Amino acid sequence: MNWQDWLTVWVNIDRVALGFGTTVLFFTVGTVTAFIGGCLLVYLMEGQPNFLKRSLRSALDLLRTLPFLIVLYLLYYGLPQLGIRLSAWSAGMIALSAYHASYYAEILRGARVALPQGQMESAKAHGFTPFKMYYRILLPQMVLRSGPLFGNQLVGCLKDTAFLSIITIFELTAAANDLQQVHFIPMQAFIVVIALYWCISLILEKALRSMGSYAKHRGLSYE
Amino acid sequence: MDLNAWTTLFEGAWITLWISGVSIALGIVAGFGVAVLRNAGIPFISRALYYYISIIRATPMVTLVLFLFVTAPLLPIDIDRWIVAVVALTINTTAFNAEIWRSALATFPREQVEAAKAAGMTRRLMLRRIMLPQMVVTSLPGLVNEMSLLIKSSPAIAMVGLADLTRATNRITAITYEPLPPILAAAVLYILMIGALVRLQRIADKYARRLAM
Repeated sequence: MNWQDWLTVWVNIDRVALGFGTTVLFFTVGTVTAFIGGCLLVYLMEGQPNFLKRSLRSALDLLRTLPFLIVLYLLYYGLPQLGIRLSAWSAGMIALSAYHASYYAEILRGARVALPQGQMESAKAHGFTPFKMYYRILLPQMVLRSGPLFGNQLVGCLKDTAFLSIITIFELTAAANDLQQVHFIPMQAFIVVIALYWCISLILEKALRSMGSYAKHRGLSYE
Repeated sequence: MDLNAWTTLFEGAWITLWISGVSIALGIVAGFGVAVLRNAGIPFISRALYYYISIIRATPMVTLVLFLFVTAPLLPIDIDRWIVAVVALTINTTAFNAEIWRSALATFPREQVEAAKAAGMTRRLMLRRIMLPQMVVTSLPGLVNEMSLLIKSSPAIAMVGLADLTRATNRITAITYEPLPPILAAAVLYILMIGALVRLQRIADKYARRLAM
């Protein structure tokens, strides 16, 4: 290990940057769609449980017991047998969004159960439609109250993007592997990449902490 | 799927199970050690452990497995791929378990510690006879949750060429040219494994809540 090897990483920084960009893109799009999906799923499960709502909930429960890679395999390798051929990018996006949506739905559902019943009744008395009530009254509180749990989920989503390298997507981990194979600098390539993952997670933690203090300011935190 | 396919699949499931199992066992013990060491407040060491936990929590399992696999040849001794897989999973799960143990340590009732001291117990005896039995109960739900998270990230060990449950589906497909049945069968096996852990977590939760009251 010497300084020249570090220089090799620097010379090939465009490859690392390309992988970094792909990882950030998948993470951002995946998280945003998963979050919106999770919110919608909880809305669909509002009200009196019936057969459809119960089956939706069990389907989500099952999805959460699967490893992310199996979901990815199902979409990328499994679906072509039924004649549905997805590109690696779209399979990755769909898998990441759907898989994490099931987790966001579970987190939000937990917060939903803890909300006082009286709020709903008074919202109804004020003439809120079910969607308006969910969107304007319940959801903001559910989101701000589940701050710490979102933290784990965000980092979990970031880490799951690394599995995308297995279905040939050139993201950050694939970039590190590429660098070490071409230039034989295993140590340096991976240290740089792990440091980048770490930086993203530190930024996420910081963002969540400010969301936490906002929630406290609005009196929505548990502490 | 014929008999051969099922055999490949169950062999994969076995690899997933025993590599995860060994790592879980090592990780729970090592995580306890890390938590106690961090709590002891030794200046340099507790800072280093803080960074270890922070970095590992952010590192994807795939990246960690690959990192260890490609840097292992730099060591003077020959390291088997099984060992790389177990070490990678253990390094990962230790960091998470350490956080679970640490929160159990931090919330341990002070009056019990003072009572144990007043009764003349040494630190070690108090840790073993008073703190540990209760900490096991309060930490168990978190630890079991981490076990299922570990199994969910265990397909990453395929990166070193081990045919775990997920990778086994590729091997079957290479022969049968029908990808869907093995992937679905593997999914069912994962649901059974992780579903069992989720159930265990609920039971552990009930016990922990009873102790908290």
